Amino acid sequence: MSNAYESVMSRKNEIMKKAVGIDYSVFESGQIAFDYEKMMHETGYTLEEMQKIQGETGVGNTPIYELRNLTALARKCAKEGKGARIFLKDEGSNPSGSFKARRAANAVYHAKKLGYKGVIAATSGNYGAAVASQAAMLGLKCIIVQECYDSKHVGQPEIIEKARKCEAYGAEVVQLSVGPELFYSFLLLLEETGYFNASLYTPFGIAGVETLGYELAIQMREKVGRDPDVVVCTNAGGGNLTGTARGLKKAGAEHTQVVAASVNLKGLHMASDEQFNRKSFTTGHTGFGMPFTTWPDRSDVPRSAARPLRYMDRYVTITQGEVFYMTEALAQIEGLERGPAGNTSLAAAFSIAMEMDQDQIIVVQETEYTGAGKHIQPQLSFARQNGIELKFGQPQDEVPGESIILPEHPRLIQAQDLDLVKIRQSLIKNAITQGAYTSISQEDLRFLMEETNADESFVKETLSELNVTVK
Amino acid sequence: MKAKKGEWVKIHSIVLRPEERAPQVPEDTKKVPLETWVKGFLTEEASLGDIVTVKTYTGRLVEGTLVEIAPTFKHSFGENVPELLQIGIQLREILFGGDDNE
Repeated sequence: MSNAYESVMSRKNEIMKKAVGIDYSVFESGQIAFDYEKMMHETGYTLEEMQKIQGETGVGNTPIYELRNLTALARKCAKEGKGARIFLKDEGSNPSGSFKARRAANAVYHAKKLGYKGVIAATSGNYGAAVASQAAMLGLKCIIVQECYDSKHVGQPEIIEKARKCEAYGAEVVQLSVGPELFYSFLLLLEETGYFNASLYTPFGIAGVETLGYELAIQMREKVGRDPDVVVCTNAGGGNLTGTARGLKKAGAEHTQVVAASVNLKGLHMASDEQFNRKSFTTGHTGFGMPFTTWPDRSDVPRSAARPLRYMDRYVTITQGEVFYMTEALAQIEGLERGPAGNTSLAAAFSIAMEMDQDQIIVVQETEYTGAGKHIQPQLSFARQNGIELKFGQPQDEVPGESIILPEHPRLIQAQDLDLVKIRQSLIKNAITQGAYTSISQEDLRFLMEETNADESFVKETLSELNVTVK
Repeated sequence: MKAKKGEWVKIHSIVLRPEERAPQVPEDTKKVPLETWVKGFLTEEASLGDIVTVKTYTGRLVEGTLVEIAPTFKHSFGENVPELLQIGIQLREILFGGDDNE
């Protein structure tokens, strides 16, 4: 068996089948459509089972705080009568310091149940620490594969901190320089060890986040007697939003608007060696958010369980400077010191709260831990060392990779809406391009309606622009 | 510098040479190799720059060039960023400082 790049990539499906324990082909229709709900149902866990699994390792039941001072600030910055009450679900209080513990708890539990000796995850983010922490609790071995350095061997401080945390839990950390071929190294490791692929995108991983949305709805009913008007989710690979939205639905919170928020890194290429250290966010940004929203099946499993476009009512971006500013604000006026990336949705929520009435409620559904490297000061001083201009000014003047603009006044914090119509069209186009289809089935049509959360006429119109017929 | 058998070290190797990189990789990345670093316990005494084998924390045996002996983490809270000091002052002024700031 050859270990050459092309040869390993051609064994991808076979390696994955062994490493995930799911035969994805049984959910396939043969063309575009696959049975998403059947996949979630047959390979996932029920909400009660997940709560039990997570409860046994101390995951979940995180507190919700009302951010009274930030609400007061939003009201001072907003038009008369505007400024919704802002609440925050403190997911940073999970065992490994982020909501990712929920995804990891289910994945590692499942690996143990199936008899795997160890787990592997490809991630530069909080998920690595989450898998390592869960593996430590369940007595499995753990390898985390992370993209960490540029070609000059300069590492992102935030990613180096995550490597430290993984090692603290007894994991082996395999570090790589920039490039999507990380996936190749990942496949080789799966083949070598026979460990379980604790992918972020399996049904058990995503179902693990459903408890977050469910808890959130129940907690808000206890606190304020009703469902929140808006829940804001940081969006990268889409699992956070998908799981949370599904959990909200399971709790019966049908009228809560789900808003996706990503840091705007427009113009930066995620696989560029030169640009790698010119960005100050390694996750929660548009570089993941846009491609994964418009084509979820680009992940490390054949069919991703994270399908955010099915659930998002609105998608906004926020600048790096705005998130850093809000991270400082959260510490300074709310007494909560949390990591910057997790505050992406907080910055967006502050802006959206200023549009909403004072009797309305908006919930930020996550926070993450903070520490050396993964903190606003090292991240900003690292940016400065890399030639990024840092100053106070108008946030919209920020150019990703060139400048970080801290808002000179909080009223300038302004989430920017992305065009969901274009995003929906883009998903449909990607689905068609993937198989170079000229005609699709009725089943495919219904699938695309679900995928884009759009009606039949919208999907048909988009298809006809692409010269695709429905049979 | 020599490292003893059993010492905790970091090794480096090239995963893909520039000409072996994936087709979708941008031009700047194609100019450089894909590199990897792993830590483990040294299986034989060796010097920096030697090709060695380590036993990783999960027990894998991995070969590579010895690049660091007794590696640790040196990431920190970075240099002082003066701008950050202004944010709390401004927010307190807006929130609690009276109407002058409206």
